Amino acid sequence: MTSLVLVGHSPELLRALRAMVAQSAPAVPVAIAGGTAVGNLGTSSPAIRDAMRAALAASGGDGAVVLLDLGSAVLALEMALEEMSAAERTRIRVSRGPLVEGAVRAAVEAAGGASLDRVLAVADAEREADKLPPDWLAGPAA
Amino acid sequence: MDGLLPRWLRLAAGRVAEARERLTDLDAAIGDGDHGINLDRGFRELARRIDADDLPGEPPAAVLAAAGRVLMGTVGGASGALYGRAFQRAGAALAELDQREVAGYPVAREARAAAAFASAVDAVAALGRATPGEKTMLDALVPARAAYAAALEEGVTLAGATARAAAAAEAGAQRTIPLLATKGRASYLGERSIGHLDPGAASSAILLRALADAAADPAVPVDV
Repeated sequence: MTSLVLVGHSPELLRALRAMVAQSAPAVPVAIAGGTAVGNLGTSSPAIRDAMRAALAASGGDGAVVLLDLGSAVLALEMALEEMSAAERTRIRVSRGPLVEGAVRAAVEAAGGASLDRVLAVADAEREADKLPPDWLAGPAA
Repeated sequence: MDGLLPRWLRLAAGRVAEARERLTDLDAAIGDGDHGINLDRGFRELARRIDADDLPGEPPAAVLAAAGRVLMGTVGGASGALYGRAFQRAGAALAELDQREVAGYPVAREARAAAAFASAVDAVAALGRATPGEKTMLDALVPARAAYAAALEEGVTLAGATARAAAAAEAGAQRTIPLLATKGRASYLGERSIGHLDPGAASSAILLRALADAAADPAVPVDV
């Protein structure tokens, strides 16, 4: 099953997000890499690399989609990817989607047995998803 | 562990610790307020490992590579990734020159340092997708690299060239004050980022000043 990797600055935030994901898709493996090696807010490329490897192993060869938060997450992720083998990297996709919505949406898709690229596509599509109703500018519950 | 690099890193750890509050205040103004805390944590760990002989003391290529790994794992934030990568690439540049030396093409230590420094600056620019003028560490590092290269052309010693690089970095950091940030968390502030010194440029200047001071110490062998 396609698995997920959540990358961010806060381990608490990612643990909570993993719990949200598990509510909707309990069978989907979710690895997290949040905070520095010494437990502070921040990102750590060794931790990200290890999480990606764990997710790949749990996916049974189906691959893993990475979702990330802001700022240095992408820098650390880039370096973590460079430390992986070409064979490992072919089974990793990185989503441009928002972390929370993308993770929940991707997990539900993965739970349905979707391919790696399909899971990536739905996570990415959350970039365009409008979370406000179309008539929102008319005023909330006017 | 008495070579220039361990000496520099220890000195840098002390300077970063002294500047911890200042760097954090600078970052609080336009970022997420943790630059001094983060960098202090990373350099403190580096110094601890050097003192515990838990970091290779030589060759310089291995010192830099190991230092980069430590910074990457402990600093967190963009500065951890950027400085970690910079140290690693500087180490890789020296490793390449070591191989050339084995093959019978030795390079003078000033030129070795220049190659390492240039690789470090290139690494920061490449990973951060940044150019000078965007209110980042590059605004200190790029002028420093140019000053070092110019000093090298004039035949200045390693100590003199690193001192010029440090002065150029300090001047470059000051010049970030009127700049508009277009990279990192400071860019979220837009126009409000103007009028503040960039914390990354400030810490780059601190690290280069520590290098110059370490290189100027007559008791320190300056093999790099």
